[in-house]
Amino acid sequence: MTLKIIASQCTSCSACEPECPNVAIREKNGTFIIDPKKCTECIGHYDVPQCAAVCPVDDTCVIDTSYPRYQPAV
Amino acid sequence: MDGLAQQDGSAVSVPNVGEIMQQIAEHKGCGTSGGSGKASCGSGAGAGDLPTEIWEKVKNHPCYSEEAHHHYARMHVAVAPACNIQCNYCNRKYDCANESRPGVVSEKLSPEQAAKKVLAVASTIPQMTVLGIAGPGDPLANPEKTFKTFELIAKTAPDIKLCLSTNGLTLPDHVDTIAGFNVDHVTITINMVDPEIGAKIYPWVFYKHKRYTGVEAAKILTDRQMLGLEMLTERGILCKVNSVMIPGVNDKHLVEVNKAVKSRGAFLHNIMPLISAPEHGTVFGLTGQRGPSAQELKALQDSCEGEMNMMRHCRQCRADAVGLLGEDRSAEFTTDKIMAMEVNYDLESRKAYQAQVEEERIAKVVAKQEELSTLAGEMSDIKLLVAVATKGSGLINEHFGHAKEFQVYELSTAGAKFVGHRRVDLYCQGGFGDEDSLETVIRAINDCHAVFVAKIGGCPKGDLQKAGIDPVDQYAHEFIEKSAIAWFKAYLDKVNSGEIEHVVRGDAEIRQGALISAA
Repeated sequence: MTLKIIASQCTSCSACEPECPNVAIREKNGTFIIDPKKCTECIGHYDVPQCAAVCPVDDTCVIDTSYPRYQPAV
Repeated sequence: MDGLAQQDGSAVSVPNVGEIMQQIAEHKGCGTSGGSGKASCGSGAGAGDLPTEIWEKVKNHPCYSEEAHHHYARMHVAVAPACNIQCNYCNRKYDCANESRPGVVSEKLSPEQAAKKVLAVASTIPQMTVLGIAGPGDPLANPEKTFKTFELIAKTAPDIKLCLSTNGLTLPDHVDTIAGFNVDHVTITINMVDPEIGAKIYPWVFYKHKRYTGVEAAKILTDRQMLGLEMLTERGILCKVNSVMIPGVNDKHLVEVNKAVKSRGAFLHNIMPLISAPEHGTVFGLTGQRGPSAQELKALQDSCEGEMNMMRHCRQCRADAVGLLGEDRSAEFTTDKIMAMEVNYDLESRKAYQAQVEEERIAKVVAKQEELSTLAGEMSDIKLLVAVATKGSGLINEHFGHAKEFQVYELSTAGAKFVGHRRVDLYCQGGFGDEDSLETVIRAINDCHAVFVAKIGGCPKGDLQKAGIDPVDQYAHEFIEKSAIAWFKAYLDKVNSGEIEHVVRGDAEIRQGALISAA
């Protein structure tokens, strides 16, 4: 799985962008998006996904269940 | 140039200006030299208690000097949208273009756009002397953007003072960079020094890759704020502390905050009323947490004033405000407009304009001093408030009906002292926007005995008199303090002769809600 940003709730504050250890977040059409190919849910970096922890609007950076669970390299 | 050289220079070339400026400094918003006791403001002590180098730093900064705010303008550039803490009085999602409060902007800027905007504004408004970065998030949660902006502006407009306003969480990490950019004014918002109280104000902080909540979050925040404040004052950077007064949460506690920041060398304390209308969507707005009344706010400010200088002229402006405090010209400088503007940054004409402003200021102080000498020997315990309609320059120069705010002065035999301001423009108030505007004005200045205006119509005049507020238009276009003292002297004479009886006025309302600037 990966995280995604609910565009309708994103205030475009950019707080998440520099926090992402995978540089998976960028601005697009006025809000921010997460590249599912790069997102690791912060596994291997931090205890919690950084975008969700810093986001000022609750339930805006959420798990995108349409993708399979991220598998860290063993 | 170091401080000593400046002192020598001013002493030799313009001997009287130093003395006059010291008198200005004795007015509100001047400084403490740190250390013990109360600062210079209002005291009659000698030139020693406001060192020349501090006066030089504050004399044309509208947010650090009450006196300067009549004459000089500031602007904020919204380059810092991200924040690292959550406050119950803040909701940055809400942006009504007609609304004015911190944490709100209409459009965010890149550092390059911001630099262009600063040049455009400085060329159009020669009294614009200060550039602040105040969000809409936290400048130090966006350090690259903030410092890039400073770097660009320091290069192209070196006469503009740089300042920033932060929650303090990451301040200790950036103090050296701040000092490196010659930023000599930093404002820290400190609402508590007790984490138990902080937990009621801050739901969480994001620190070192982790979200902390509750008392633990508030403890981290207060520790970092105090450390950052100490580090700044050690480096000689002037620190203003902003505190939001939240009745029942931190109102009594702010006396403790005042002591804590004073002991760490803060220069000025700005206690502001909570803004919390439900339509703002803030936690406090939605839970019905009220803001303080005018009397509650003044009582708290007065009780802290024995300890250090209090700022009472804060307009709680937006993170993209432009102009004199109390006016907002940001609509003239939208990104589209500034990018199309041809900017000719003329340092010399700015200097010439500002020299003229300094002359105005000196004339104003001389006039006040002359009038004050007529009060000498008067003995009275009477203290009262008056409201003044002004467009700036320290003059009574606004029509009653055009005033969007009134400045409030406290009069006593000690003179006229600025103690606050009241916004009176029409507000959206959950559908009650059409309420009678005169009623609104009277509620806002109900604690005042008189209102000084350049002009007033017969109808509002009568209604004001009925409400017990004396409409005074005989001092139109004259200096505020000089006129207020003259009026007060006549008032005392009438009380002494038994012609009128002095009665104590009631409380007044601090307006909440969104501003309709068209009103």
